[in-house]
Amino acid sequence: MIVFLQSVLSGVLIGGVYALVGIGLTIIFGVMRVINFAHGELVMIGMYLTWIIFTGLAIDPFVSILISIPAMFAVGALIQKTLINRVLGALPENQILLTVGLGLVLSNLVMLFFTSDYRILTTSYSSSTLRLAGLSVSTPLAISFAITSAITALLYWFLLKTDTGQGIRATAQDRDAAQLMGINVKRMSLLAFGIGAALAGTAGALISPTYYIFPQVGGVFTLKAFVIVVLGGMGSVLGATLGGVIIGVTESLAAVYISAGMKELFVYVLFLIVLLFRPAGLLGRSRV
Amino acid sequence: MLSVRKLSFSYGDLKVLWDIDLEVNQGEIVTVVGANGAGKSTTLRNISRLVKASSGEVVFDGVDLLRLEPHQVVERGIVQVPEARRIFPEMTVLENLRMGSFVKATRKDRARNMERVFTLFPRLKERERQLGGTMSGGEQQMLAIARGLMANPRLLLLDEPSLGLSPLLVKHIFEIIKEINRQGITILLVEQNVYQSLKIAHRAYVVETGRVVLSGKGQELLADEHVRKAFLGM
Ligand SMILES: Nc1ncnc2c1ncn2[C@@H]1O[C@H](COP(=O)(O)OP(=O)(O)OP(=O)(O)O)[C@@H](O)[C@H]1O
Ligand SMILES: [Mg+2]
Repeated sequence: MIVFLQSVLSGVLIGGVYALVGIGLTIIFGVMRVINFAHGELVMIGMYLTWIIFTGLAIDPFVSILISIPAMFAVGALIQKTLINRVLGALPENQILLTVGLGLVLSNLVMLFFTSDYRILTTSYSSSTLRLAGLSVSTPLAISFAITSAITALLYWFLLKTDTGQGIRATAQDRDAAQLMGINVKRMSLLAFGIGAALAGTAGALISPTYYIFPQVGGVFTLKAFVIVVLGGMGSVLGATLGGVIIGVTESLAAVYISAGMKELFVYVLFLIVLLFRPAGLLGRSRV
Repeated sequence: MLSVRKLSFSYGDLKVLWDIDLEVNQGEIVTVVGANGAGKSTTLRNISRLVKASSGEVVFDGVDLLRLEPHQVVERGIVQVPEARRIFPEMTVLENLRMGSFVKATRKDRARNMERVFTLFPRLKERERQLGGTMSGGEQQMLAIARGLMANPRLLLLDEPSLGLSPLLVKHIFEIIKEINRQGITILLVEQNVYQSLKIAHRAYVVETGRVVLSGKGQELLADEHVRKAFLGM
């Protein structure tokens, strides 16, 4: 029983980080109807950024998100303005080529500058654990979950309560109608991509104390984010939040009870089963 | 107030507007009537800049609208209530209304405008927490008009507000349009309900396959032989 609870708990904790990645992808998709296949690479850049700040300036990864969040927002806004903006409304295959290509360029650029060596970011607490109601939790995971929760709560507040957040949702629900409300949908797209990139970068920062950092690490996250977004319902932030946690828990349980090497497989089996019964995802339509 | 001159537009290779000319003066109700596919909605979409005209001029109070982005047209006071309502389906009635006053300059009047539209449409007040997508067609039309009014329009473009409504509701909507106009808002109304719209309009235009074929006072066109034959079945 303890083992079960233990693995559910760590699944939820890591699932929170997955959710951040998925939420970013789903917001971008919702507003622009473009699937960002370079999303995992944004996570990767967030990891490297954190690693550079840590090794260069000795700033703790959980503190350095104060730098990486605005930096990644700017990267996302720049990508939107210079690249994505050109393929809005274009054929899906062109959009896919663009974002897949962007992902390749990003990972190869990072390889060029930092080689393909695996980097490890070791903090004083990297392998320490906390005790929580009889269960033990990895300290960095617990901290990252707390930060994830705070950021997610803030994001929901922004999307549900502020004019700009509602404008983003309105643009996702009906782009033309949004324009007729006087909403500058280009600006909303810029914000959406900026926020999506910032969330991906934050996720990268938060896992950097517990993950290997290397140029190709992004692929895994693109795939996970895609599964999360489809599972939760394309464009649904609530669905992606839920999807992230479900994927985290599934992986964690599969790793403990079946085999660590097979955990990914179970994620896809679960994914297919959900889609079989709910083709539009768990929350096909939701308010956020 | 608004003048459209020689406006032409094509969807790809398909030319759908041919030198459209029309004029709306301050305080008027002007209606554009015509059969399905005549180009009525396309004309309004050009004015709101949702599509980009290929040639011609659209001038509003001396400003050339064809240079503006859609949101800038709204900021200038031209607000469109689009065909098929286009309510934000996953937003509540209140949120839809809030989006109506997205433009910064109109936000300070939000509370007052909210009250104004609830007076006009008490039904919306009862349903303020309901999701737009779950409202009935008639309620959605009320919401669409109310949402448009939240933007402090000087010129309100209405695209087939009576479409798909019961006869009783159609009557009510036309009453509302007259009332809005009495409150000082100029109206450009696109309709297939030719009889009702000519009755309330000061002036009217008839479009056929992308061209203005007839124009005049609403009452005059009601008596016009061609109009009676083509649209009123008389
Ligand atoms: N997105 C589009 N792509 C291609 N052609 C279009 C598009 N939208 C409209 N059209 C065509 O343009 C012409 C004018 O359409 P429009 O919607 O302006 O007509 P309308 O007068 O509003 O008709 P209705 O009364 O049925 O709403 C039609 O022939 C229509 O098929
Ligand atoms: Mg139409």
